Amino acid sequence: MKRDLTCVACPLGCAITVEYDETGVLSVTGNTCKRGDAYARSEIVNPTRSLATSVKVNGGIYPVVPVKSNKPIPKSMIFDCMKAINSVTVEAPVKLGQVIIPNILGTGADIVATNHD
Amino acid sequence: MLNYDLVVVGGGPAGMAAALKAKECGVEKIIILERAQTLGGILEQCIHTGFGLHYFGEELSGPEYADRFIVEVEKTDIDVKCDTMVLDISECNLVTAVNKIDGFLKIQAKAVVLAMGCRERPRGALEMAGTRASGIMTAGTAQKYVNLDGYMPGKKVVILGSGDIGLIMARRMTLEGAEVKVVCEIMPYSGGLTRNIVQCLDDFGIPLRLSTTVIETHGTQRLEGVTIAKVDDRLQPIPGTEEYIECDTLMLSVGLIPENELTKNVGIAIDRVTNGAVVDEMRQTDHQGIFACGNVLHVHDLVDYVTLESQLAGQGAAEYILGTAPKETVYVNTVTGNGVRYLVPQRVNVKNPNDVKLYFRVGRIFKNARVVLECDGKTISSKKKVKLAPGEMENVVIPADVLAAMDENSSITVRVEE
Ligand code: SF4
Repeated sequence: MKRDLTCVACPLGCAITVEYDETGVLSVTGNTCKRGDAYARSEIVNPTRSLATSVKVNGGIYPVVPVKSNKPIPKSMIFDCMKAINSVTVEAPVKLGQVIIPNILGTGADIVATNHD
Repeated sequence: MLNYDLVVVGGGPAGMAAALKAKECGVEKIIILERAQTLGGILEQCIHTGFGLHYFGEELSGPEYADRFIVEVEKTDIDVKCDTMVLDISECNLVTAVNKIDGFLKIQAKAVVLAMGCRERPRGALEMAGTRASGIMTAGTAQKYVNLDGYMPGKKVVILGSGDIGLIMARRMTLEGAEVKVVCEIMPYSGGLTRNIVQCLDDFGIPLRLSTTVIETHGTQRLEGVTIAKVDDRLQPIPGTEEYIECDTLMLSVGLIPENELTKNVGIAIDRVTNGAVVDEMRQTDHQGIFACGNVLHVHDLVDYVTLESQLAGQGAAEYILGTAPKETVYVNTVTGNGVRYLVPQRVNVKNPNDVKLYFRVGRIFKNARVVLECDGKTISSKKKVKLAPGEMENVVIPADVLAAMDENSSITVRVEE
């Protein structure tokens, strides 16, 4: 199998092609440096993203407070995590850095508030 | 009437960094006037991460980045008035403002830092047929609805313009369950950061159509759809390429305009390309004692650079107030050569004893080019660049010893060599 990627490890944005099968990555081409190779491999084997969204608040200045995952989470679990976050309502006051959902869906990442409310 | 050494107009990242730096340099009485309810500026609604990589070496969300500075401001004796609108700045630095508690305020300042930021180009600035149906808004307005008000403005979305706010909102709306049908960009390239194109569009399979624009909106009460079309080299729609796309929301991410009404009223010279004031290396405008920094001066790609620039303005204001600025001023204008759209600062006091960094943007994409700095006809530096893109701010440094050798007849040019 073959996939075309744009490397985001630096602003150059090299166009990288990865060939892979069930056993793993066979080849990485198009990258200018080692970081591109590492990025491409992780995109195939275990792509992760950091998630930023908001969560409902009861009794705050704003009806929602922004949150983020304190570690990247598997890309395939982004929408499941969104569902879990959107099913939660927290009580004001909320402090920046406060853990809203610990270890969300067993990913090892905490969902933490990134502002006060 | 109140008396302050320094009045800072705007409490976003630019205003806070300038005020803090001026304090650090020894300015006593400083006040920040902010139009919104809290300090932080636009960062408060930019809840995505990626801020602060350069300045803090961490990936912060917008509110987290702002909070670092809010905490610092609170530790000082800098006065802050939120919910306060500055109405006018006079020739002699008399600032007029209004708020609900004090009513009408007059503040005499020794120096003023302008840090009002920018606003989005609205629909009215575009040539687009159709009625005023609801569901058409700027991407930043949509961002406020979703991230501050917790309100989803639509379900089926088309985005016009691939600036970073548009890209960020494409992802945000998708995460919250909306369907983003397409992002149209009139130019043959995106003005957004590559990372955002990959992580906000490619990740979710959202198509980016280049050289494409929205020519008509449909629906009278609520938006029902838009007609998009390809454009030619002169950005004119090509007949026969029209396509109807059903949607209930159209978001516009078609550029930012520095908010310079106050600046213009004082009579400060404005750069026609940046739409911001003409400034020197300490970000002083052509009106003595008035400085400008951040997005009100020129639209930045990263807030980290806003912070650095605003610290310069804060230092410049402090030196002006404390009388420690270079006694002599000999200005040399900076000149844009091939491929360079603008340069900030637009002029440099060659009596300044330090290195001076010039920021610029290119007019189109260049590959394997060189950025050349030329002073008095001599090449000072020629740096190889694998890629230069209009979406990313570039910079080049004039070393102090080069400046020291200059006089009023000198020249400074930055150009791109292919
Ligand atoms: S491959 Fe290397 S040079 Fe190319 S974009 Fe990735 S990090 Fe940058």
